[in-house]
Amino acid sequence: MTELPTGLARRSFLKVAAMSGGGMALSLALPALADGYGAGQSARLTKLVTIDRAGTITIMAKNPEIGQGVMTSLPMMIAEELDCDWASVVVEQGDYDAARYERQRAGGSFAIPNEWLPMRRAGAAARAMLVQAASAKSGIAAGDLSTDSGFVHHKASGRKWSYGELAQTAAKVPVPDLDTVALKEPGQFRIIGKPTVGVDSRKVLAGEPLFGIDMRLPGMVHAVVETSPAHGGKLKAVDDTAARSAHGVVSIVRLDGVGDPDVMPDGVAVVATNYWYAEQARKRLKLDWDLSGAKGHTLAAYASEATRLHDAAKGTDLRRDGDPAKALAGAAKRLKARYSYPFIAHATLEPQNCTALYTDGKLEMWAPAQIPGLGVSLIEKHLGIPADKQTLHLTRIGGGFGRRLFADFMVQAAAIAKALPVQLLWNREEDIKRDYYRPGGWHAFEAGIDASGKLVALTDHFVTLGSDGKPHRSAGMQPTHFPAELVPNLAYSQDVIDTVIPMGPLRAPGSNALAFAFQGFLDEVAEAAGKDLPALMLELLATDTMIGNDTNSWGTGFAFRTKRARGVVEHVLKQSGWANRPREQGRGYGFGFYFSHLGYFAEVADVTVKGSDIKVNRMWVAADVGSQIVNPCGAESQVTGAVIDGIGQLLGQKITFTDGAIDQRNFDSFSLARIDAAPEIEVDWVITDNPPTGLGEPALPPAIPAVTNAIYAASGRRIRDLPIG
Amino acid sequence: MAARDGEREFVLKINGKAQTISATPDMPLLWALRQEVGLASVKFGCGAALCGACTVHLNGSPVRSCVLPVSAVAGSEITTLEGVQEDPVGKKLIDAWTEIDVMQCGYCQAGQVMSAHALLSRTPEPSAEEIDSAMSGNVCRCATYPRIRQAIRIASRQEEA
Repeated sequence: MTELPTGLARRSFLKVAAMSGGGMALSLALPALADGYGAGQSARLTKLVTIDRAGTITIMAKNPEIGQGVMTSLPMMIAEELDCDWASVVVEQGDYDAARYERQRAGGSFAIPNEWLPMRRAGAAARAMLVQAASAKSGIAAGDLSTDSGFVHHKASGRKWSYGELAQTAAKVPVPDLDTVALKEPGQFRIIGKPTVGVDSRKVLAGEPLFGIDMRLPGMVHAVVETSPAHGGKLKAVDDTAARSAHGVVSIVRLDGVGDPDVMPDGVAVVATNYWYAEQARKRLKLDWDLSGAKGHTLAAYASEATRLHDAAKGTDLRRDGDPAKALAGAAKRLKARYSYPFIAHATLEPQNCTALYTDGKLEMWAPAQIPGLGVSLIEKHLGIPADKQTLHLTRIGGGFGRRLFADFMVQAAAIAKALPVQLLWNREEDIKRDYYRPGGWHAFEAGIDASGKLVALTDHFVTLGSDGKPHRSAGMQPTHFPAELVPNLAYSQDVIDTVIPMGPLRAPGSNALAFAFQGFLDEVAEAAGKDLPALMLELLATDTMIGNDTNSWGTGFAFRTKRARGVVEHVLKQSGWANRPREQGRGYGFGFYFSHLGYFAEVADVTVKGSDIKVNRMWVAADVGSQIVNPCGAESQVTGAVIDGIGQLLGQKITFTDGAIDQRNFDSFSLARIDAAPEIEVDWVITDNPPTGLGEPALPPAIPAVTNAIYAASGRRIRDLPIG
Repeated sequence: MAARDGEREFVLKINGKAQTISATPDMPLLWALRQEVGLASVKFGCGAALCGACTVHLNGSPVRSCVLPVSAVAGSEITTLEGVQEDPVGKKLIDAWTEIDVMQCGYCQAGQVMSAHALLSRTPEPSAEEIDSAMSGNVCRCATYPRIRQAIRIASRQEEA
């Protein structure tokens, strides 16, 4: 701990301490008044914590809020270690600021594992500075002081000082070493672990303008875009005569595509005084497109090619253990099955949008972006506006799901922005037709079971999408995919079909599709072996081992641990009463397990099937995301939402395309789960001695096979192709 | 205000207050409320009455404002989330919504509350089937449906929080 500097009352610029890991450094304190500071003044202790005279603590939310709850859960971690009352905390959304904040992004369910220590250390550092300030004020050694609920106490004398009265002095204390600052023991937590309402919930329910689409600037105009009807299209000619004369039109801007199709495709923007007028004018554009680049890129053609490749049964090995061919030949029982799953759109309910103002070479933006820095760097690279001439405000985000990991809408808005502030807003049709889709995929499995009912051989020939023999984003499969290393003879091979359809991560990328295929086929294997899937899983998981690369930078480990998997499987069996499950015509239970985003999830579905009607009555979820649930209120909601999201996908979500043109237009042809699809869901946390990890994604993947396996149990109908409808 | 060129003047009764706007007659109420009046709660999701994000009340009944031209609503009582903050049903709903923190991203929630408000105004103690039926036009992409049901039961005093 650094000693308190002397000469506190003088105006001083304090050195900025470069801190390792925590992203915190002492900033310039406010000029001090001779005797402290006035009622309205506040003192910034660190990059994330400001305290005013009255004791109100402002905590900056650095990450984008997409509904995953980080605007509440991360500040809770800071407030916990700061040792203040949650009621005294005000949370403010920070702007994009690469110099001030680290890891400003929303993705991969990484906020909790990445920030668990840095946020707590940030709070603990501010607390230590307040204690130092009280020590300096009173002459009492810091070691004799304690904190509680926004006060520093000297228990021996009964004296106490509020954080508000100490803040100005504390702001001048050098930030302590974040790697060694003392943290609370979990038993001392009073905020972490307490169900906490989202900090913006009241504001949303009051109709406050928080979302990207809600931004309003004086004189603002509205832009819509028209892009190619097919992916990869090139704009040949524009006739905007009719559009120009449409009511309310301000300008029409041709957008010449930059970079690869991810950055900004060719298009035309129509700018008008109201979104409605821009839309009406857009419909009068006459655009001539060269669509030859996407000719033949039709989903049905991909599917035929996948069948041909499966029949040919060649493919590049991703891994080969033992001798699968020999083991299959010698197996007591062999079974084969092919599985497929479709392309899916993200369909965030708030369509892509960005508000931008470009004046005097400076660009100011308001964007619902999951990786704000990406947009800034792409605009610098492709539009030539230097990053230091860009200001980016983060808005609340009406759904992410991975769509807003891309920044195409920001580049477009920046390209359109002129002296007048403009809000670019896509219509739903644009949003569905110009997505980075969850890739479809095709699997041909074969398994061999020995006379004792043991799975001795497994092969998967995976046909996926990409170019030059390499899968594109989110279309690959890890060679360590379960049950690799747990079956003696195992081979995964791969073929890649060339595609021009943009693909990208959708909530639990890869996992959201692979869980269905693998857990579905393993359900068939279990039945052939005379047991059920959880029994097969527990056999495979029987020995404690670690599979996959365990290296990551935040100490949680990436590797799959069989022991943790067993824990949730065993738990959900008890939780759901699996052993005594109903086995009646038309009703069945199904099981699914998956490990993704560091979370272990075992789920059971209770499903009724009547003809073509499928009803998920109830689901049980056992989850191991480590030692601590930060905000149980938000955490449970993430899990139930992910489960229902999975149900929505399997029941009816499918993107198809013809010569590169997406066939779906709106929510009539691309359906989202509605309230009647939502079962009762019971979530149990299996607490283990591991660092806490995130919940945006890992509950989704196993929900799908749990339901499809339950449909089989209820009806004898094996679901091998999604969606069901 | 006077009508701008090519537009007409419409007097809309919004949340109990008469407001004059200038718009073309075909402009959907959604865009008039959002961009001419400045009410942020009314959200755009689909533009085709498929998602319910734009739900407001027209003379007390829930309507999708994205497909309702302003020329068709002049003279009607239009109510948005901003207008039910203090009324008894609105207050109960918003309190219940906050108490169990229904929302995730929050984008659809104004529409959800407005549909729930219309339901409870007609049916003070709705059954599970009545809740699902009344709310089936409102998509929640985050799938907060279990808590939407629960909040409606709490607001209708059928369940303790």
